[in-house]
Amino acid sequence: MTTASVSLPGWISYGVIPLLNLLLALFFSGLVVWWIGEDPFEALKFLVQGALGRGDAIGFTLFYATSFIFTGLSVAVAFHAGLFNIGSEGQAYVGGLGAALVALALDRYVPWYVTMPFAILGAAAFGAAWAFIPAWLQAKRGSHIVITTIMFNFIGAALMVYLLVHVLIVPGKMAPETRTFLPGGQLPKLDWLMALFGLKLGPAPFNVSFLIALVMCFLVWLLIWRTKLGYEMRTLGISPSAAVYAGIPYVRTVIIAMLISGGLAGMMSLNAVMGASARLQVEFVAGAGFVGIAVSLMGRSHPVGIVLAAILFGVLYQGGADLSFEMPNITRDMIVVIQGLVILFAGALEYMLRPALVRLYQPFGRT
Amino acid sequence: MEYFDIFVSILGSAIRLSIPLLFTALAGLFSERAGIFDIGLEGKMLVSAFAAACVAYLTANPWLGLLAGIGVSIVFSLVHGFASITNRGNQIVSGVALNFVAAGLTVVLAQAWFGQGGRTPQVPGEGRFAPIILPGADAMRDVPVIGPLYANVISGNNILTYIAFLMVPLSWWVLYRTRFGLRLRAAGENPGAVDTAGISVTWLRYRALIVTGFLAGFAGTYLAIAQSAAFINNMSAGKGYIALAALIFAKWKPVPVMFACLLFGFLDAFANFMQGKSLPWIGEVPVQIFQALPYILTCVLLAGFIGVARPPKAGGVPYTKER
Amino acid sequence: MMRKGEPLSLDTASLPAIELVGIDKRFGAVHANKNINLTVAKGSIHGIIGENGAGKSTLMSILYGFYQADQGEIRISGTPVAIRDSQAAITAGIGMVHQHFMLVENFTVLENVMLGAEGGQLLAKGVTGVRRELKRLEQDYGLEVDPDAVIEELPVGNQQRVEILKALYRGAEILILDEPTGVLTPAEADHLFRILQVLRDQGKTIILITHKLREIMAITDTVSVMRRGEMVATRKTAETTVEELAELMVGRRVLLRVEKSEANPGAVLLSVRNLTVKDSRGVTMVDDVSFDVRAGEIVGIAGVAGNGQSELLEAIAGIRKPTSGEIFIEGKPVQGADPSRLRALGLAHIPEDRHHMGLVLKFEEYENSILGYHRDQRYGRGGMLDLEAVRKEAEEKIAKYDIRPPNPRLRTANFSGGNQQKIVVAREIERDPKMLIIGQPTRGVDIGAIEFIHRRIIDTRDAGKAVLLVSVELDEIRSLSDRILVMFAGRVVGEKTAEADEQALGLMMAGIAA
Repeated sequence: MTTASVSLPGWISYGVIPLLNLLLALFFSGLVVWWIGEDPFEALKFLVQGALGRGDAIGFTLFYATSFIFTGLSVAVAFHAGLFNIGSEGQAYVGGLGAALVALALDRYVPWYVTMPFAILGAAAFGAAWAFIPAWLQAKRGSHIVITTIMFNFIGAALMVYLLVHVLIVPGKMAPETRTFLPGGQLPKLDWLMALFGLKLGPAPFNVSFLIALVMCFLVWLLIWRTKLGYEMRTLGISPSAAVYAGIPYVRTVIIAMLISGGLAGMMSLNAVMGASARLQVEFVAGAGFVGIAVSLMGRSHPVGIVLAAILFGVLYQGGADLSFEMPNITRDMIVVIQGLVILFAGALEYMLRPALVRLYQPFGRT
Repeated sequence: MEYFDIFVSILGSAIRLSIPLLFTALAGLFSERAGIFDIGLEGKMLVSAFAAACVAYLTANPWLGLLAGIGVSIVFSLVHGFASITNRGNQIVSGVALNFVAAGLTVVLAQAWFGQGGRTPQVPGEGRFAPIILPGADAMRDVPVIGPLYANVISGNNILTYIAFLMVPLSWWVLYRTRFGLRLRAAGENPGAVDTAGISVTWLRYRALIVTGFLAGFAGTYLAIAQSAAFINNMSAGKGYIALAALIFAKWKPVPVMFACLLFGFLDAFANFMQGKSLPWIGEVPVQIFQALPYILTCVLLAGFIGVARPPKAGGVPYTKER
Repeated sequence: MMRKGEPLSLDTASLPAIELVGIDKRFGAVHANKNINLTVAKGSIHGIIGENGAGKSTLMSILYGFYQADQGEIRISGTPVAIRDSQAAITAGIGMVHQHFMLVENFTVLENVMLGAEGGQLLAKGVTGVRRELKRLEQDYGLEVDPDAVIEELPVGNQQRVEILKALYRGAEILILDEPTGVLTPAEADHLFRILQVLRDQGKTIILITHKLREIMAITDTVSVMRRGEMVATRKTAETTVEELAELMVGRRVLLRVEKSEANPGAVLLSVRNLTVKDSRGVTMVDDVSFDVRAGEIVGIAGVAGNGQSELLEAIAGIRKPTSGEIFIEGKPVQGADPSRLRALGLAHIPEDRHHMGLVLKFEEYENSILGYHRDQRYGRGGMLDLEAVRKEAEEKIAKYDIRPPNPRLRTANFSGGNQQKIVVAREIERDPKMLIIGQPTRGVDIGAIEFIHRRIIDTRDAGKAVLLVSVELDEIRSLSDRILVMFAGRVVGEKTAEADEQALGLMMAGIAA
């Protein structure tokens, strides 16, 4: 008898297994640290302190987490419809163009809270537009969306570099970036929120887009589990043949799911472009789109899980920066290793521990 | 004659740029024809570049560097196999994961071992694959047309370049003329047929991945100790994905893979050449267009506008005979 | 057939080709094979007959090394053998022709035959030998196939021949064919039978797995009957009858007569005119079919599986696009309309395959209770889904249809087959449709649920709905239908009343008489 057909209770499937997979990833990361001659426990201490030890550290952690929530949601929404969107990176990048154009157009005339709704729409629209072609190719021509979204990441990168170098650059400047937005085009920091907990934000760029991200979490939850469209997406994602039977239109559902996914990825730029640097820069996404894959896998494509996983990766990113300062032998790239290992264990090897757990659980699970 | 010289120089550079693509695309050919998608080509290229640079630096022997590059690349392939064959995990996710591990691990180790900001020290000259001047290259140089082509395009490349082009007919031969190749292609189309013929699909796919690791090891080695003289942070710079695009563009066939890689290499070389220059009538053409062109072409092909790209039927699906 | 206690002869020629002793196999809760004993004589065609799910395929998969038996012994020519994998089966001289061909479609015939028996590391070495051998097999058994043809370009019958060639090329003395005629045209099936007879006459042993009685009678020497995982009888074909075998197959459940009153047909609700459906390969599956279904009647479509019934049903349900012809709902042409529009017009559909179509097994029960009707405003205004309303209605249906366990939050995969089918039936019937089309309503469903579902179907008719029923179970068709259409090779070959003689129907289903 195989163990694949045995169902485990939710707290094992959604709690114990992801946790064990995370521990495995951390264990192997620890091995790497130990291999290069450092103390893994010491490193872990620095990492956690660096991420959560002070007000500004927490601010940075949450700033990173904000980006990852957006991209994590982006990957998750597509995933629910059975689509693997590897293109969140490129969609976020192009989304930045939308946010920047709105900010550049409005920042002289209106305060930030007037700019913000337009910026959200702009970022989402540009991100969605960048997801549209792969979506259309998948829905209409059957082109594998994994491949096309990878291709579009590169095409998007080339497009953005071209625009920044040739079109959006400030005349006479060397750096390929737009002018700095005035306060009307910036998203303010969340000092007051930190102050509620008696913390000082300091220089950390933790900003209003965090709240937008939380709203998006709620909206995604609503979409997936409380709307008819979400129901159709999930049906298509789990059983395409049942979707045909139910009369769920394939082309429309695929395209809408990808537009939403691309839109969420595009909104990531609110945080990086309007919240932090106040200008559009080359490669501002810096891998957040790919982190979204890890976040979505760890969070089991559920908004609550995604927030938790995004904060975890925020801790890694911020703590990793501090760690490389405290232990110069360990560079920031250690984060990328951990990220890869998390994707490996929580994603590709997610079933590895299952048979063992089924065997452990079975004697107790019978009623 | 000036245009011809430019052409020859671009051609020479195109060949040099297409070699890592060629090794990597052929590597991908073996795993994908066996039914295992491999997004992780980029990562394999990186780790093998790092390993080759380290060993070549320490031993001053390029062949040991190559061996190390191949070895580490095969290890990564086997991890991909463990996830996607043994544990039936998602092949895309596994590939993405390994790319991250490769990108991070190489820099972390480089920094820890050498402390030069994530690169290896310069590999000494004898630790590199040096250009080989073919007999008569200098004598031929002045012969019109053929001379410059022979001297600057055909001659003057390092041994890995020639091996790369040798790998094309060799891959074709292995895939289409050997028992292993027949079974491998069958496993990518209908693993059930392989299984019922009494052949282990698992072992067959693992062997295909070992070949993938082997070839990708050449690609990384070429980057680190033939084209350059050290490992540099993220030196593969997306070449693994271009190779993947070339593989698709070539419709998963070895000889077309070579032409696709040459085309993409040529685009790269042409972009380099065009930097800051302007074309008559058109004006300055942004290099980004050339950079994006391989991906655009591949998407157009995938959309079915240039013939039909039919991927191996069982690609991406873990084989399971249970009901 | 050998009897127990007969002295063992040392002459292996007289030993049975295969003996299965006490084979037992479980898949989780399913007891697929229960203590099976079977003896197959050398040089004979031995049929194994049974309904879907009787355990025939599992037994043969054990013999071919695809699964391992939990208990029991396999003897080939009197010698016990351990068949751990397909390689071991091939070595033991067993070849198998699978129901779904194990062919590489973009390979040539030659490459497919060679696969796994290449005769060396290099293909060139083996090729001439394979060609020679194929030539010989062609001459000896009349198995003509162009060795250089690409599989996907061959007709299905020829593809099957390649499967047989593969087995023979590997030196198979025992050939297992699993439902070989399911995909064949009658002419192709006849050709296959001629080949099998030649093979037998040349000394090969053949095991034919089927659920078609006609084939058993036509070609086998001996027949064994399986029912619910057990081997219930073995007969010499010459000494048995179709009636006896049919009774053995279904057991005591000979005829499930459902109490029903005289039909009272009203207006025509569903009409099909000259409908033709081709599959993706361009093969005609439904061929110029026309009929009407009236309010208050059940029209049954009888036929052996694979004669176009499934495609007909899918075309009417909007899942498959018809190639030509028309479908009318209350006089309105609807061919090519998508399933959601058809539902809006009052067409409910209980699909043949609840696992892949009727249900999303990973969904909770209540989520499946609205599949296809989820856009209805009663389940939430606008684009929102009102889970309270959905669950409340699901609970009502659970109570009314006695679905167990009565928990709308349980994953659908965790319900038994009968209860899963009730979820589908409840959803489709309780929406009060005008027309109900049903495929295989009781496949893989326990007896209690069968009676319940049959009752519901009759009630639906009595409520004045038009019901179209497709089933390969002739008993089911006969006990439920008011009129019976028989399909054969994509065509409706005749119409009978429910009182029609079973044999007459059987002959029509076999394409023999109209």
